[in-house]
Amino acid sequence: MIRLGAGAGFAGDRIDPAVELAREGDLDYLVFECLGERTVAAGQLRRLADPDEGYDPLLEARMRAVLPVIEPGRTRIITNSGAAHPLAAGRRVTEVARALGRPTRVAVVTGDDALAAVRSLDPILWETGEPLSRCPDELVSANAYLGADGIRQALAERPDVVVTGRVADPALYLGPLQHEYGWADDDWQRLAAGTVVGHLLECAGQLTGGYFADPVTKPVPGLARLGFPFADIRPDGAATLSKVDGSGGRLDVRTATEQLLYEVDRPEAYLTPDVTADFSGVSFQQTGPDRVEVSGAGGTARPDELKVTLGFRGGWLGEGQISYAGPRARARAELAAEIVSERLTTVHGIPADAIGVELIGAGAAFRGLAPANEPIEVRLRVTARTADAAQARLVGWEVESLYTNGPAGGGGARTGVQQTLVVRSCLVPRDLVSPTVTIMEER
Amino acid sequence: MSELIVDDLADVRAGDKGDTLILAVLPRDGEAYALLAEVLTPDAVAGHYAVTEPVERTELPHLPALVFRVPSVLAGGVTGYSGLDGHGKALGYHLLMLRLEKDG
Repeated sequence: MIRLGAGAGFAGDRIDPAVELAREGDLDYLVFECLGERTVAAGQLRRLADPDEGYDPLLEARMRAVLPVIEPGRTRIITNSGAAHPLAAGRRVTEVARALGRPTRVAVVTGDDALAAVRSLDPILWETGEPLSRCPDELVSANAYLGADGIRQALAERPDVVVTGRVADPALYLGPLQHEYGWADDDWQRLAAGTVVGHLLECAGQLTGGYFADPVTKPVPGLARLGFPFADIRPDGAATLSKVDGSGGRLDVRTATEQLLYEVDRPEAYLTPDVTADFSGVSFQQTGPDRVEVSGAGGTARPDELKVTLGFRGGWLGEGQISYAGPRARARAELAAEIVSERLTTVHGIPADAIGVELIGAGAAFRGLAPANEPIEVRLRVTARTADAAQARLVGWEVESLYTNGPAGGGGARTGVQQTLVVRSCLVPRDLVSPTVTIMEER
Repeated sequence: MSELIVDDLADVRAGDKGDTLILAVLPRDGEAYALLAEVLTPDAVAGHYAVTEPVERTELPHLPALVFRVPSVLAGGVTGYSGLDGHGKALGYHLLMLRLEKDG
């Protein structure tokens, strides 16, 4: 039996639940999933500014927290925190381990960088329906979703830590299962079973009550000390999900079912680089407190092409926010929005279609789909997409200047400016992309 | 029956894939599933989210669950939308407010 633990479900995830798992979970593998769609492109921008950068900014903090508490030779770490620069990330892990006095063998998986491949292939982009070459934005990154094979190859080198760049999230979990159990590359049934386990664990706390809790319909105890899940997987792929005794959260058929279907557009054909998994026959059974059995995954052949995420420079986004409360709060916020929009277009020449207005507290989250009653307070948020930072700063300036030039009672103005990235997708034939494993020197 | 809303019978988890909002609807028992399978049609969901492109629905009676793919509603998604909730994570709770109207 192999035990896999979820140490992180996104780049900004909490660190203490991973320490708890490392200390008390008796894990074979601790997996940190830390790459969102934009994360690699954002890392690439950092790498362009500093050639030693480009990996997950929290990698060092995670390793400092976890390496001292894992049992050497017992629990191995797998993470995609390498982002846009897995080799630099691997070197950093080696340095952190040395500073901690914990000799650590690090294996790095590269090969997801598909910039050269997409430049020569000129594939059709999903979002625009046109070839990449017709896209006017500056392409900064292109990363293919690798499967489990790179991780499996890395684990054959007996490392303590495996660092990757872009890898399909479930493959971070399927890789060690394939390594340990020797599941064949066309054993679709078991690859699907492992993929289901990976999918359930990849968002960490979302399996144990995070993104689930509702104080009335779905109460979850101890969310401030939410325990991250682990799974015991048997050689046939059947698995038991659980979490550390005494940790916060809940793990039951309801939390598992919600996570099974999270972000799955076609449950009968969940595409990964390793297998086309069929979730439609999956079922759960509660076998004890915070213990759930999962079974019933089906699988068919993997796709011939790999998905590639492309990152483009997207210009700048400026924003300003200000609050109005009490009688006519909404009407005053609307008036403020009109004033700012008029000045951004007429005084500053920002096109009207680049400007966005949200009335937070009056239905903004539902994007106008639901009628909002008169709220006790409304927070106006104005945004504009601009070509440069100076123009973006004008948005916050115009919102702030409402203090003395706008509707009565405007308070709490805040401003912000950020560089944006645009993410698009395409496919490339899988034979154009292959993983490479590099072992970092142990010193 | 006409006073019921989805929130009385089910939970909803929202996810995103590009512009598409994915809504997993989790009825709390078999009876709730039967009712929702009948009245929560793709057209009803499309109308509730004001989309013109067809909504697709997958039925998973043994879980039980219904999965809806609501195209275009995210208008640019995480990176393309200027508003705060580009993922549309809050939009799942919009479905919970849908009023169920059952014939008879």
